[in-house]
Amino acid sequence: MMQQGGIPGAKECEKRRDVCPAWLRACALASALLVSLLLTVVLACAVGSYPSTVGESLRALLQAAGFAAGEAVDPSLSVVIVDIRLARVLLAGLTGASLAIAGAAFQGVLRNPLADSFTLGVSGGAAFGASVAIISGMAGEAALSGDARALPACALVGALTALALVLGLSRAGGGPLSGLRRETVVLAGIVVSTFLSALISLLKSLDEESVASIVFWIMGSFQGRGFEHAELAWPYMLVGAAIVFWRARELDVLALGETQARMLGLEAGRSRLWLLLAASLLSGAAVAVSGVIGFVGLVVPHLVRLVLGAGHRRLLPASALLGALLLIWSDVAARSVLPGGAELPVGVVTALIGGPFFCLILARKGLKNRGEA
Amino acid sequence: MIRARNLHCGYGGHEVLRGVDLHLAAGEFAALLGPNGSGKTTLLLALAGLLPPLSGGVELAGRDISGLSARERALLVSCVPQGAAAPAGYSVQELVRMGRYAHTGFLGGYGPQDDDAAQAALADAHCLDLAERQAAELSGGEFQRVLLARALCQGRRALLLDEATSALDLARRVEAFDLLARQHKAGSTVFAAAHDLNLAALYCPRLVFLKAGRIVLDGPTSDVFTEANLKDIYDTDLRVAPHPVTGAPQAHLVPGAHAHASLLR
Repeated sequence: MMQQGGIPGAKECEKRRDVCPAWLRACALASALLVSLLLTVVLACAVGSYPSTVGESLRALLQAAGFAAGEAVDPSLSVVIVDIRLARVLLAGLTGASLAIAGAAFQGVLRNPLADSFTLGVSGGAAFGASVAIISGMAGEAALSGDARALPACALVGALTALALVLGLSRAGGGPLSGLRRETVVLAGIVVSTFLSALISLLKSLDEESVASIVFWIMGSFQGRGFEHAELAWPYMLVGAAIVFWRARELDVLALGETQARMLGLEAGRSRLWLLLAASLLSGAAVAVSGVIGFVGLVVPHLVRLVLGAGHRRLLPASALLGALLLIWSDVAARSVLPGGAELPVGVVTALIGGPFFCLILARKGLKNRGEA
Repeated sequence: MIRARNLHCGYGGHEVLRGVDLHLAAGEFAALLGPNGSGKTTLLLALAGLLPPLSGGVELAGRDISGLSARERALLVSCVPQGAAAPAGYSVQELVRMGRYAHTGFLGGYGPQDDDAAQAALADAHCLDLAERQAAELSGGEFQRVLLARALCQGRRALLLDEATSALDLARRVEAFDLLARQHKAGSTVFAAAHDLNLAALYCPRLVFLKAGRIVLDGPTSDVFTEANLKDIYDTDLRVAPHPVTGAPQAHLVPGAHAHASLLR
């Protein structure tokens, strides 16, 4: 029965692949994502409590880019659209792309479909680092002043510490990383994550003044974020993304497992270390400017794999674009669904989308395992 | 090409190889035989530099293997692993091309010459028809052929195979060993661990028998493939007779041999 049910699906799959070769699908998806990203920026800049139309948004953006098109936009509206909304959209896009790349890298390195910055506790660690930075006065109250430069660094240290803890907990003896139990990594991540959020709550109760800003790290939000935050984070994100992209082929080889990767000539340990560092850099930078936002890094690579397969040369750029799209729209939802200009934390929106998806992955994995047994 | 000196290897305190000395000259075609758990896989892993020895050493092309980088090792020896699982989401073509990983630079991707190498390897291993399929959807036998193609794609200087034909049907098995024989003629060093004694005797000029972590027999097939030797190594009754076509010695099992033995005891 199982066999008969499986074969027609596989045939259809093959047919689809014959009609449309992999590179063509990759190009089509990439251009579709790019076009939707441009459209998204214009549309997302038109949404908000201050009334504006899509046309005004487009004109204001073109004006800011140096192209005068049609009549000039009201200057105060232009400020809202460019300085407030565009900055937010930009930051949401950068954060979404970073989280998606980090998720793809974590899933590839650990060969675990449930791994991402959030489930591994890396985001929690980064949030803890950021909280410590704020409490100890290393970063300004709202992380706006010049000394906020310490923030991404502290978040990165927190992220790496959490990752080291999780990997240490899930190691089953043997060399570093070689004896990792794939199943226990996420379990250890949840333990560390829970522990760290308790620590953050403890810090919060110790320092009443910083409560508001620390809540922000735990929930994740782009409220009141501007160009200066994007400026703070992008160098870290760029370096992290560059390392992961350069090592895309290594991620493919690592997918074969430790022994085969080494047979093919990869120094598996060193490659994993670099990729984990880069993914932590991406997560840390994202958390430093936007707080803990879950599920983007988990969901996006899975969606892309369904269409493009697992080859990381295609998976990574497509994930970055889709991650940016998803988080920009989540932020639009976060700032527009509540009446009267109130905002939802964007982490709530991504969790509402991602939670059910997480269950779907688990259910599919369960079905597959039962089919094999 | 490959030399092991007083090689001791094991996992977590359990010693599997207990002093193996082996020399495979460049261009040799040898089979590695022996009962279950005799250490065949461990020996191949050690020869490929994937398992650090407890003591003793391995030389590849005259250089100590511990001094070679992973890339240098991969350019010297290609392996077909045993019991590998197919990764999800990769086509056969992509999987075979990964064999070229050690040939690419840090920044460069796979180029046209890598695609050509993958294509040639797929053709040699008779897998061209599988190229567009998803690796995870293949049958066990098909996937074994793909792994063989990947090893060829990686390099043909020395091939280490671990039960590389165990899931293949009769025709595919002969096809695979014909391919290995052709590689041997073309100058490759081939060392294949196998359970199929007769196939090994049919194709390989040299047989190496491993038992309990030691080489108990090593020599030209016609000399070592005798009834007395095989009975001794495998602890079972069998007869050796010449192959009707090639005249190579072939072993034939005797049914009920063990029942008799236990009754007599």
